[in-house]
Amino acid sequence: MQTFGEHQFPGKLFIVEGIDGSGKSTQLSLLQQWLRREGYMVFFSEWNSSPLVKETTSRGKKKQMLTPTTFSLIHATDLADRIERHIIPPLKAGAIVLADRYIYTAFARDGARGVSPQWVRELYRFAVKPTIPFYFRVPLEVSLKRILGARAGLKHYEAGMDINLSDDIEESFRLFQGMIKDRYEAMVEEFGLTVIDATRSIEEQQDEVRALVERELQDVPKHPVRILDFEED
Amino acid sequence: MESRANRHTFEFYGQGMPDVDLSELQGRLIVIEGPDGVGRSTQVSMLKPWLESSGHAVLDTGMTRSALAGKGIKQAKAGITLGPISLTLFYSTDFADRLENEMIPALRAGFIVLTDRYIYSLIARAIVRGMDPAWIKSVYGLALKPDAIFYLRANVPDLIPRVLTRPTGFDYWESGMDIHLGEDHFDSFVEYQTRMVNVFDSMIDEYGFETIDATQSPDTIYKALQRRIGRLLRQMG
Repeated sequence: MQTFGEHQFPGKLFIVEGIDGSGKSTQLSLLQQWLRREGYMVFFSEWNSSPLVKETTSRGKKKQMLTPTTFSLIHATDLADRIERHIIPPLKAGAIVLADRYIYTAFARDGARGVSPQWVRELYRFAVKPTIPFYFRVPLEVSLKRILGARAGLKHYEAGMDINLSDDIEESFRLFQGMIKDRYEAMVEEFGLTVIDATRSIEEQQDEVRALVERELQDVPKHPVRILDFEED
Repeated sequence: MESRANRHTFEFYGQGMPDVDLSELQGRLIVIEGPDGVGRSTQVSMLKPWLESSGHAVLDTGMTRSALAGKGIKQAKAGITLGPISLTLFYSTDFADRLENEMIPALRAGFIVLTDRYIYSLIARAIVRGMDPAWIKSVYGLALKPDAIFYLRANVPDLIPRVLTRPTGFDYWESGMDIHLGEDHFDSFVEYQTRMVNVFDSMIDEYGFETIDATQSPDTIYKALQRRIGRLLRQMG
């Protein structure tokens, strides 16, 4: 069984974390474009994207059937499916895998919902350890301004309405995001997250991210060609 | 030490789950475990009316899938599209949904929850599929410790005739065909169920199973279960 240890695959895994509105997805997308242009094989894995599990997650969210425990488990199931299907095989093939959100999102959200931090860390022991876990640090007020200014309609679970922080969805979102940010901050040391100051310009952040990633790519082949021999059955 | 007769309180195996106040749980949780074809559901179907006629409200559960994850698991199994870790966790989601939405509310209402299988079958399936035993046991640290776990035990040669009395015969999953243990359903069934029984046996002391020899007649097994459950319930007062 694949556990939380360092992987021995030829590929690399870079993941981005941060509260909503930290700009992490923009940064990951810019990183992806650069890596492709440099000639690397890149595979992009989204959070909550396993088609099979997604249907169950959507049903649970729509009908508000999820408790903190089942919310945690269904997301773990989804990440397990992504790891078994979309992360380990490309890593074995020598690709660079990029993931927008990873286990730290679960640790932050589930912990904020009252799930035991120890249990949820053990739950995710199957996960592959990232080459670099980036954490985009931004003050809560900055991220809230970005999110609440740009978006109509917050969703029930996204706003943490399930844990009764406030009857007002926007207020609940603020409180919930604050709780999640506190958990991220505590994880910086626990997991050695690489902190990026997300109040700087997009270009400055991207330069720093590229420099850090580039250091890890010495052994990663560009335009890798693998001849696979397989038998027809 | 206060005796359970006076003051019955549930415990979790491990970290448990948030939003459950254990002091509110009044009922009793009784588990019937054992491999496929051992006769668990026959016993549950006899025990339920007996308990009800004795004045206990009973929730029998375990055969159906949860409202949340049941459909997804069915689809996954139909297409055999999930890897072993994902399938293991999908089962745990399904279990947690049933625990929180069926079993715990029934216990809160003072019911006797009689469940056909519990976490032990799920743990055994995971271990047989190569999962780390410490990992899967810690995942199921969310579960309540039952008041009694009756392990209906039989060796594989005794299971075969029972499985063949059912129209489905050797089922794909009960034969562990997903993990390629044998040439056909029969070879695979023997190997898979042998491994399952070994894992169940290894859990007897760890989890405090009360083992019942399931090669006896259904009526003898039923009487043994009645005797033990009767003793448990007399302490309820």
